[in-house]
Amino acid sequence: MKRIRQFACVLLLVVTVASLGASVFAPANYATQFRDELPNAAPSRSHWLGTDDLGRDRFSRVLYGTRVSLLLAPAAALLSTLLAALIGALAGYLGGTWEKIAMTGADLFLSLPWLFLLLMVRAMLPLNVSAFTSVTVTFFLLGLLGWAASARVVCSGAKAIRNSDFVLLARASGVSRARLLLRHVLPNLKPVLLAQFWISIPIFILSEANLGILGLGVAEPLPSWGSLLRELESYANFSNEYWRLVPLVLLVITVTSFQLILSRDEVSA
Amino acid sequence: MIRKFGLLRWLAVVVLLAPFAFAQGGELHFCLKSEPKTFNPVLVEDDSSEVVRYLTGGVLVRINRQTQQLEPELATSWKITNSGRTITFNLRHGLYFSDGTPFSAEDVAYTMTQLMDPKLHSVTGDMFRSAQGTVQMNVLSPDRISITFPAAVAGLDKLFDQVAIMSAKSPRKEMAVLGPFYIADYKPGSYVYLRKNNNYWKKDAHGRQLPLLDAVKLDIQPNRDIELMRFKRGELDLIPALDSDYFNKLAEAEPGEVRDAGPSLDSDQMWFNQVQTAPIPDYKKAWFRSEQFRQAISMAINRADLCRIVFAGHAQPAVGPTSPANRFWFNSKLKPYPFDQQGALNRLAAAGFKFQNGVLRDSAGNAVEFSIVTNSSSKPRERMATMIQQDLSHIGIKVNVVVLDFPSLIERITEKFNYEAALLGFINDDLDPNSQMNVWLSSAENHQWNPVQKTPATAWEAEVDKLMREQASTADAHKRKVAWDRVQEIVYEQQPFIYLENKDALSAVSHNVANAEPVVLRPQTYWNIDELYLRNNGTHEGGK
Repeated sequence: MKRIRQFACVLLLVVTVASLGASVFAPANYATQFRDELPNAAPSRSHWLGTDDLGRDRFSRVLYGTRVSLLLAPAAALLSTLLAALIGALAGYLGGTWEKIAMTGADLFLSLPWLFLLLMVRAMLPLNVSAFTSVTVTFFLLGLLGWAASARVVCSGAKAIRNSDFVLLARASGVSRARLLLRHVLPNLKPVLLAQFWISIPIFILSEANLGILGLGVAEPLPSWGSLLRELESYANFSNEYWRLVPLVLLVITVTSFQLILSRDEVSA
Repeated sequence: MIRKFGLLRWLAVVVLLAPFAFAQGGELHFCLKSEPKTFNPVLVEDDSSEVVRYLTGGVLVRINRQTQQLEPELATSWKITNSGRTITFNLRHGLYFSDGTPFSAEDVAYTMTQLMDPKLHSVTGDMFRSAQGTVQMNVLSPDRISITFPAAVAGLDKLFDQVAIMSAKSPRKEMAVLGPFYIADYKPGSYVYLRKNNNYWKKDAHGRQLPLLDAVKLDIQPNRDIELMRFKRGELDLIPALDSDYFNKLAEAEPGEVRDAGPSLDSDQMWFNQVQTAPIPDYKKAWFRSEQFRQAISMAINRADLCRIVFAGHAQPAVGPTSPANRFWFNSKLKPYPFDQQGALNRLAAAGFKFQNGVLRDSAGNAVEFSIVTNSSSKPRERMATMIQQDLSHIGIKVNVVVLDFPSLIERITEKFNYEAALLGFINDDLDPNSQMNVWLSSAENHQWNPVQKTPATAWEAEVDKLMREQASTADAHKRKVAWDRVQEIVYEQQPFIYLENKDALSAVSHNVANAEPVVLRPQTYWNIDELYLRNNGTHEGGK
């Protein structure tokens, strides 16, 4: 199992390095349309993964798209984990009415059809924003809306810590509530928070991919895994062109790698 | 000996051709994209109900989808009088509905009464509403009826192509039909089964009773991938409309079964928001209202590339509101805007814009940047917007492509007017320009760049209003053509809509289907449904 996890780490590292070095490795700009060559061209020496439906180099787009998804999904996961830590830890530590209010809020968030909520919020945003701003906003929204499930886990963790002996001792020693929370409760929640962070990354990658499949993900011409996966929405498009599956393979590799790494953290947690 | 051989040869020819000469029958299979919302021909609004209406409804006159000419059906002749207000039909004698009820002028009067009933809100009836007032039906004899409208109705006779006659007396109401098929079975969510109407009045040139098919099975199937796979497996005989991606995939596998009938009546177009109260900066409104700016944008878009790349060559650069496929109404003097980026820059320079260091700026120094909104459900439109983004970047314009879900998009372009440019399309079923009144009148809601104007905002819009009213108020086809030609010229000069392409009418027809001749007008593949038949005795390879 340890070897598999090491292999997952290496895979993730390779994918990350390749995407971060996209400007070096990519043979073309992700937005350049090679209109004189046929769109949807098969792999060739000049286009290793062929071209997409607008004649853009697919390999370059995969590299840049991986960069977008791999950088912003952890950022969104960080945001949602921080929100979950704040809300969950406070609710669990304070208990009583505060806990009820926070958990009712979390239940409400979980019961909302988040995809429609996301569509609605996105439709209300200003139109004249660059593709980069648009993708950042998309992931920010994902992070902002994704705290509820993690908050429930963090809350139950905080409740367990609140009732533990060392917190009782600290309280008896006259430690203030704020200090108790910051110095004793939160540091002990670290394994739970880390696990939630790792879990959230693949969830946000898949969420963006879902939005992309609906055509509502990252704005053109910036690629992301979501927009790249849109090529697969029709069976007719990839039935004989297996190189189009590369973004899907990358997504599966990355999400699986995250899960394998996560399983170690869960054990240590 | 020679005579004997000749006789034998003739016999052989007769024996060989007999199956073709007398071939008929079979059960035609194809798909509806959605559930039909109604079987009442008066209430039809959606495409699936329209398919059923076309296959089952008997009409007084029919536009021949191939020649685009009006032909007699239940009416043997007709005459428009009273300055386009009255139409008199002479009807065929001795016809019966599918349930055996006799057909007469009373049925036409009943259908028109239903159609014009304001409580029913019939979309088909709306086409006849030229002014306030009642429609008068005068049954002159069992075979003759005259219908008088409160005001002249442009293209009056052609509108009856969509009026399926219902029986006034049949207990089966709208289920009694005069068309080639009647609804024999309907399983919601699964299929509509149509059986041959034995009382259908038509015969072919050989004197054979039509329709030649025994039945039509319409499977309700919203998924295009499944439709394509079923066609490949031989379970379906037709795909009435294909997009270019599917067309090419199918062409690779079954090259003889795909049909490109040429440019259709449908178009995609882009326009700029010119609404006075729109929540966008004033300097942008000034750009969008500039005729030279719009012309320059039109010139900077490479329409040939859009057709070649987005539609895989199955589209033609568009000229204006009427497609070249519309043989009578298209203004053939107009040609698509040439792709000329230097010409575009010259026009922009004449309008006070400056192109410096790769950025286009207006006279006040504002960099030219705008967003194009389009709907997420249309991949071709998203691709076109992305290609336009690259085209306009060459003349220093930054374009942001924004894809929205359809309800949000409609809210922005029709209620809040919170957008800068939009890219959408028109699906056009009607040849007559009168069907575009709701677009070209400045007071119309679909006058998309600046709708519901109290008085025309510009002189050219006032002229278009005048011309549209002129063509609507006369029955003289020549006068109407002159007025519509001028409207097309004005639209070409002003570019309120920057027309991009007319996509081709693409379809797939199995080798099994005889007599199919796909055309550009809907329904492209089965417009001559009564003459179609299946060659292999009506069996399907994949089974039923």
